[in-house]
Amino acid sequence: MIKRLTLGAPAIARTAQPGQFVHVRVGESYHPLLRRPLSIAEVDREVGNITVIYRVVGKGTALLASLPPGEFVDCMGPLGNGFDMNTERPLLVGGGMGLAPLLFLAKALCPKPVTALMGGRTKEELWWRNVFLGTCRSIHVTTDDGSMGRRGFTIDLLPELLENCKYDRIYACGPLRMMEGVARLARDKGIPCQISFEDHMACGVGACLSCTCAGTDGKRRKVCSDGPVFWAEEVLEL
Amino acid sequence: MTLAVEIAGIKMKTPVMTASGTFGSGPEYADFVDLNKIGAIVVKGTTLTPRDGNKGRRIAETPAGMLNCIGLENPGVDEFVSRILPGLAAYDVPIIVNIAGATTDEFAELARRLSVPGVAGLELNISCPNVKEGGIAFGTDCMSAAAVVTAVRKNTVLPVITKLSPNVTDIVSIARAAEDAGSDAVSLINTLLGMSIDIHRWRPELGNVVGGLSGPAIKPVALRMVWQVARAVKCPVIGLGGIMTAEDAIEFLLAGASAVAVGTANFVNPRASVEIAEGIQDYLVERGLKSVRDIVGRVNDSI
Ligand SMILES: Cc1cc2nc3c(=O)[nH]c(=O)nc-3n(C[C@H](O)[C@H](O)[C@H](O)COP(=O)(O)OP(=O)(O)OC[C@H]3O[C@@H](n4cnc5c(N)ncnc54)[C@H](O)[C@@H]3O)c2cc1C
Ligand SMILES: Cc1cc2nc3c(=O)[nH]c(=O)nc-3n(C[C@H](O)[C@H](O)[C@H](O)COP(=O)(O)O)c2cc1C
Ligand code: FES
Repeated sequence: MIKRLTLGAPAIARTAQPGQFVHVRVGESYHPLLRRPLSIAEVDREVGNITVIYRVVGKGTALLASLPPGEFVDCMGPLGNGFDMNTERPLLVGGGMGLAPLLFLAKALCPKPVTALMGGRTKEELWWRNVFLGTCRSIHVTTDDGSMGRRGFTIDLLPELLENCKYDRIYACGPLRMMEGVARLARDKGIPCQISFEDHMACGVGACLSCTCAGTDGKRRKVCSDGPVFWAEEVLEL
Repeated sequence: MTLAVEIAGIKMKTPVMTASGTFGSGPEYADFVDLNKIGAIVVKGTTLTPRDGNKGRRIAETPAGMLNCIGLENPGVDEFVSRILPGLAAYDVPIIVNIAGATTDEFAELARRLSVPGVAGLELNISCPNVKEGGIAFGTDCMSAAAVVTAVRKNTVLPVITKLSPNVTDIVSIARAAEDAGSDAVSLINTLLGMSIDIHRWRPELGNVVGGLSGPAIKPVALRMVWQVARAVKCPVIGLGGIMTAEDAIEFLLAGASAVAVGTANFVNPRASVEIAEGIQDYLVERGLKSVRDIVGRVNDSI
């Protein structure tokens, strides 16, 4: 089950950048105890709203999904670093819930011509296409079973896109294997590539070190505060 | 009415500190809470050389708590002193550095290198359950706990706080050994060794298989240990383990803690340490009490 939750959060809406996330407390009790990190998927700066789009996978997201409209939710943010927006011809590559932060990115990049490449297992998973429509110049789709768009993974279709068109920036968010594949193709073409990481988080602000990863320069990175967005070569051995 | 306390010569505006490993070195939380209103910040466990910490998943949520196996990731003492410590001078809050050595010599060397302006005290982590070498061994044996304290004592004039492990049969004897060896205060408890299993994958949830349990789930154990130790030692006791609210903190003070530290609660509510101090203040005011000292150890436990 996928849920879309809009929160009245003027302070967050005012400053949020694509790629950033909010750390949400899903209940008042001690079980679940920790907050849940969710990407900011849409922002309405005028009204002061932010929207998150999430999949119900466990206790926390189930509890969040059960809240009645109008309920108060304790929400920290915006957290983390956003995407670098310095681009004229961006290509967005997303899989699964990784498309949530890319939606905010696509909207923020308008009216620049945005191309999106999205992958899912089946046609049902690609309801995202309708959400991105109107924001993107063109949308390419792959499904594992071929029920929509090209059969295969996003990285199967990506070489073709990179041949025909000149992109100056690639942004990827989704499963690690996908992001690695995208980053490799981007490197081969000499196109700067940013990816967005996920890890289990406690604090969300860089204090607990539960989310760190190794940087390729030997220095450690915190996914929550140095990321979740990184330049691919910063954290991936390509 | 004053919330101020002095622990082992460290002057604090409130009796509420932040627990090592849960508050970074402080600035990480500066956007969310006024660091100047915290009693003292206890910095993440620092080692002689940089450590990458453990591989794989590092936290797992458990009922009313969490497990962690960070594995003492830290940039090392020299990096701390040269790069992080100067930035902390901007805040008017005592900085206590939590140190972890693999040998008594390493503890001694850490104490030497940290005896610099800007450090208000040292907390000896002889109780980290998440590193294979050293750590836990010191905290489970009176002789080695005493040896660490003695070695540190010889190498610094800073106040020394020894942090005790709950993963022992008799925490009182370790506390006494630390005090006798010259520890100015003791803090307890560190995390309880625990485990959780993913039943879908038939695998432990943590990369390290086992990890340290913290949060509300451990409060009764921590409170019991603080009560036992406070009756057995003369030095001040800092109580921690599962403190989420002012009421929790007041229980620890009544049990004999002269100050408390807030850990996992910071993750849930970054303002927890300040709100807890405010709650303690309200409690004292309501009862017409003048200072935190008026409730320390005042639980009426006569049968
Ligand atoms: C920066 C960031 C942004 C995210 N954005 C989105 C988003 O926009 N939409 C969305 O559907 N999901 C997103 N996720 C994943 C989302 O946080 C988890 O699905 C959610 O926390 C699961 O909580 P639960 O209680 O339902 O699951 P449970 O399995 O019951 O949770 C148990 C613990 O594991 C953690 N956890 C579980 N799955 C993940 C995961 N994939 N990544 C990190 N921690 C996890 C939980 O936070 C919790 O601490 C994001 C994760 C990160 C790190
Ligand atoms: C993520 C995490 C990291 C920790 N790191 C350290 C550490 O480096 N040194 C230390 O002495 N204790 C460390 N601890 C233990 C805490 O300081 C504290 O003793 C424990 O969590 C119990 O308190 P709490 O229930 O309020 O969290 C850590 C705890 C957590 C949750
Ligand atoms: S979640 Fe605590 S450091 Fe990233």
